Amino acid sequence: MAEISEIICVTCPKGCTLRVKHEGKQVLEVLDGCKRGEEYAICELQDPRRMVASTVRVDGGLHPLVPVYTKQAIPKHLIPELARALRNVEVPAPVKINQVVLADALGTGIDVVASRDMPKAGA
Amino acid sequence: MKSNYDVIIIGSGPGGLAAAIAARENGADDVLIIERDIELGGILLQCIHNGFGLQLFNEDMPGPTYAQYYIDKVKDHGVETLMDTMVLDITPQREVFAINKDLGYLDLQAKAIVLAMGCRERTRAQILLPGARPAGVYTAGTAQRFVNVEGHMPGNKFVILGSGDIGMIMARRLTIEGAEVERVLEIMPYLTGLTRNYVQCLLDYGITLQKHRTVNRIIGRDRVEAIEAVTVDEKWQPVPGTKEIIPCDTLLLSVGLIPENELSKKAGVLLDPVTNGPFVDDRFMTNVPGIFAAGNVVQVYDLVDWVTEAGFTAGKGAAQFALSEKLETGEEIPLIAGENIRYVVPHKLDKSHLAEEQVRLQMRAIVPIEDRVLVTVEDQNGEVVAKKGEAYARPGEILTLAIKPKAYEAIQKATSLTVNVRKR
Repeated sequence: MAEISEIICVTCPKGCTLRVKHEGKQVLEVLDGCKRGEEYAICELQDPRRMVASTVRVDGGLHPLVPVYTKQAIPKHLIPELARALRNVEVPAPVKINQVVLADALGTGIDVVASRDMPKAGA
Repeated sequence: MKSNYDVIIIGSGPGGLAAAIAARENGADDVLIIERDIELGGILLQCIHNGFGLQLFNEDMPGPTYAQYYIDKVKDHGVETLMDTMVLDITPQREVFAINKDLGYLDLQAKAIVLAMGCRERTRAQILLPGARPAGVYTAGTAQRFVNVEGHMPGNKFVILGSGDIGMIMARRLTIEGAEVERVLEIMPYLTGLTRNYVQCLLDYGITLQKHRTVNRIIGRDRVEAIEAVTVDEKWQPVPGTKEIIPCDTLLLSVGLIPENELSKKAGVLLDPVTNGPFVDDRFMTNVPGIFAAGNVVQVYDLVDWVTEAGFTAGKGAAQFALSEKLETGEEIPLIAGENIRYVVPHKLDKSHLAEEQVRLQMRAIVPIEDRVLVTVEDQNGEVVAKKGEAYARPGEILTLAIKPKAYEAIQKATSLTVNVRKR
């Protein structure tokens, strides 16, 4: 059964609402928007992904936390599980930018890395 | 340390960092950044989410990564830095008074100054929120610093007032950290932040946004226990019969930003009542010779990339001023906000500058136009000297237009320039 769903496109700041005609995950037609919007709608219906940014604990750092992010977008449904996994991560100071703090997160093949240097306290 | 500098920069956010780099690259030898925090980087360090750098790097970076790129560059450029140092006063003669725990009271002289203090959040006092005054009411940015830098959770159950970007980003962040976000309330009939953030921060996490609705009253004696929400009409008056008590222990306010200009005023810098920032020329020099301003201290930007660009312009101007004790100026003409334009930055244009390079104008629309628009720059006779098409114009997104050197001839006849945005 074909149905029509509305998806707000976030490819550019304009933020168009796209109507997508689809059968389950099979996109039949994207009724509004541009070429990039069409690609977004298909991706959003079949395999929605997001970049995730969070923090992990640092032992002996200038601050108690270091900010981290996923090197690539991960499947949206894995976000809560990734958040829980990151709560158990602690790294010793100093931390370097791009240092992997959680390799192959949840078996996605995607690393979680530090988004800045975190020097030792008092250094 | 030295007491005389070519350029002193106050603040080390993206505007200050870029100004320092540009000052060194344009011949200033002694460049000093004064920062009140314990490290360089400013507010970017607590903006751990992605979405920075798309304009300048064509890359999607988290805030701290964007900051570090310029922090590393500042260090490579031999810029002196003074951290944990508060500037108390600056004078029109470019004397800077500051205080530091180890060095004590500092009296420094600069040939040029760049103001890069950024902006501050509006607080409860500024939006006149009635009700009790318990603990648990924070600005969104303060909560952001607690959660992302200092490692404290300010509460368990949140209501957020304001659909600005920081508010929505914090709604997502708090949810990821295990808190409940009960509601986001927006007094305006439209979203005030970017649609992208509505989708990725609220919709993705099933957080409800209610428009035309605000906090009527805060309830709780020692700690917030609930807030009373109410629908408002077009004049922001409460609509009877629409009250709802929402239990929560924390209220976050994301209700706007104001350029931080207390120091600027002390130095005699004149402020534009529309932007709350200094009047500036196209080199970002204020009305006080040798005092420049860059970034959110001038106007509240929506993209950090533009702040960096403004910092480069101001830093270059400051270096040129420091080396020559003045800037060679040609004839300056005013840039005027015309049809559906709230303000234009810069406020003045030196006609001779266009001979060498383009000058970027930035403005905000007054009312949204959800249709193709044309931004025009017209001289006093209505002659169009520059124009640019856009897919739409919204008050929440800055419009930019560069006047190119090819407009040099046309501009020589102009005595003023007016910027307009109209439906095509």
